[in-house]
Amino acid sequence: MTRAALLVLADGRFPAGGHAHSGGAEAAVRAGRITGAADLEDFCRGRLHTTGLVAAALAAAAALGVDPVALDEAADARTPSPALRGTARKLGRQLLRAARAAWPDAGLDALARTFPRGAHQPVVLGVTARAAGLDPRDAAYCAAYESVSGPATAVVRLLSLDPFDATGVLARTADEVDLVADRAVRAARAALTGGVDALPAASAPLLEIGAEVHTALPTRLFAS
Amino acid sequence: MHLDHSHPHAPAEAGADARRPDGRRRALRIGLGGPVGSGKTATVAALCRELRDEFALAVVTNDIYTREDAEFLLREAVLPPERIAAVETGACPHTAIRDDISANLEAVEDLEDAVGPLDLVLVESGGDNLTATFSKGLVDAQVFVIDVAGGDDIPRKGGPGVTTADLLVVNKTDLAPHVGSDLARMAADAKAQRAELPVVFQSLRADSGVRDVAAWVRDRLAAWTA
Repeated sequence: MTRAALLVLADGRFPAGGHAHSGGAEAAVRAGRITGAADLEDFCRGRLHTTGLVAAALAAAAALGVDPVALDEAADARTPSPALRGTARKLGRQLLRAARAAWPDAGLDALARTFPRGAHQPVVLGVTARAAGLDPRDAAYCAAYESVSGPATAVVRLLSLDPFDATGVLARTADEVDLVADRAVRAARAALTGGVDALPAASAPLLEIGAEVHTALPTRLFAS
Repeated sequence: MHLDHSHPHAPAEAGADARRPDGRRRALRIGLGGPVGSGKTATVAALCRELRDEFALAVVTNDIYTREDAEFLLREAVLPPERIAAVETGACPHTAIRDDISANLEAVEDLEDAVGPLDLVLVESGGDNLTATFSKGLVDAQVFVIDVAGGDDIPRKGGPGVTTADLLVVNKTDLAPHVGSDLARMAADAKAQRAELPVVFQSLRADSGVRDVAAWVRDRLAAWTA
């Protein structure tokens, strides 16, 4: 195992399609809920402890070796919005393509055969981390960090926000990313013995509603 | 249920691989890029009309913040709707055609699965700057479309699109007298930037229309299937 693989996987330039998505930030900007760095920070904190925690736990569980099919069903059950389920599978499929090129692995190949249209992105992320020789905590960190870095970079484009302010938001939420990754790994270990019901189901209704509104818009910068 | 690990490793889908997973040759992919408003979509529409009876065609569009380009092609009915796919680019078309091509590759492959086998897929970029080029992992050849009204100094300025595209199209030549563009100077500058790489001057309003670009595409297809 090489720890540096984590840097490759977590790199914002890893070519897995994330650049076209705002993690709900565009819908929140349009609704007036994000207007600057302060409410971007609130948004990121909210997303981290809901969607971010669920994604991190799914990723950690997949990296631990919990059955990806059961995890994908658990992800569906935790994602009420059809638009968000579609986005998660689309991004999962894109990640799987990049992952198979980067870390050729029988587990990734099997995942592609089982889910030709894509599995939920956090599940693919966990299997990818395993293929890259990373541990469940690394997978959880990747998912948790992505849950805030996506919106922060999107808001730089959406509001012409000062990029130093956006990066400051990410730095200030780092302690909480640690906490979320810890919780996610504990839940993933519980799921290994107790099944996927042990995984958190923290919900963010405005993210789900915003995703449905966003998908119906005729013009938008980001796909989600 | 557990995933099946018994199969041997299937090769990962690679963009530049000329074969589909079933072993058949995939469609030739040609990218069309260039600045906003230079006539990329109009050229794609004209190519579809010109080539659709000879070849099995599909188009992928990359819009910046709308689906206008895909909708234009649908409205003009240049191809049946199931042969046109739109990719959303997150405000950054050059990322989707060069740095992170996964969404475009999936759109191309889904078209081949849904309506294939195809001979040709045209991948149109959203309007971008002079440095926007397609990844070789996404397309086999690329066309860069500029127009005379965007300034006759663009060929002289060069940049990766003008300098390295497999075909440079200087569009809207009918407007040259009205905007004071010097076509001879544009041709000389393009020659200096591109050496032997081809350049087509076209006006889609003229009788010749997209003829020269279509001829170049036919040559590429002949080489692809040879």
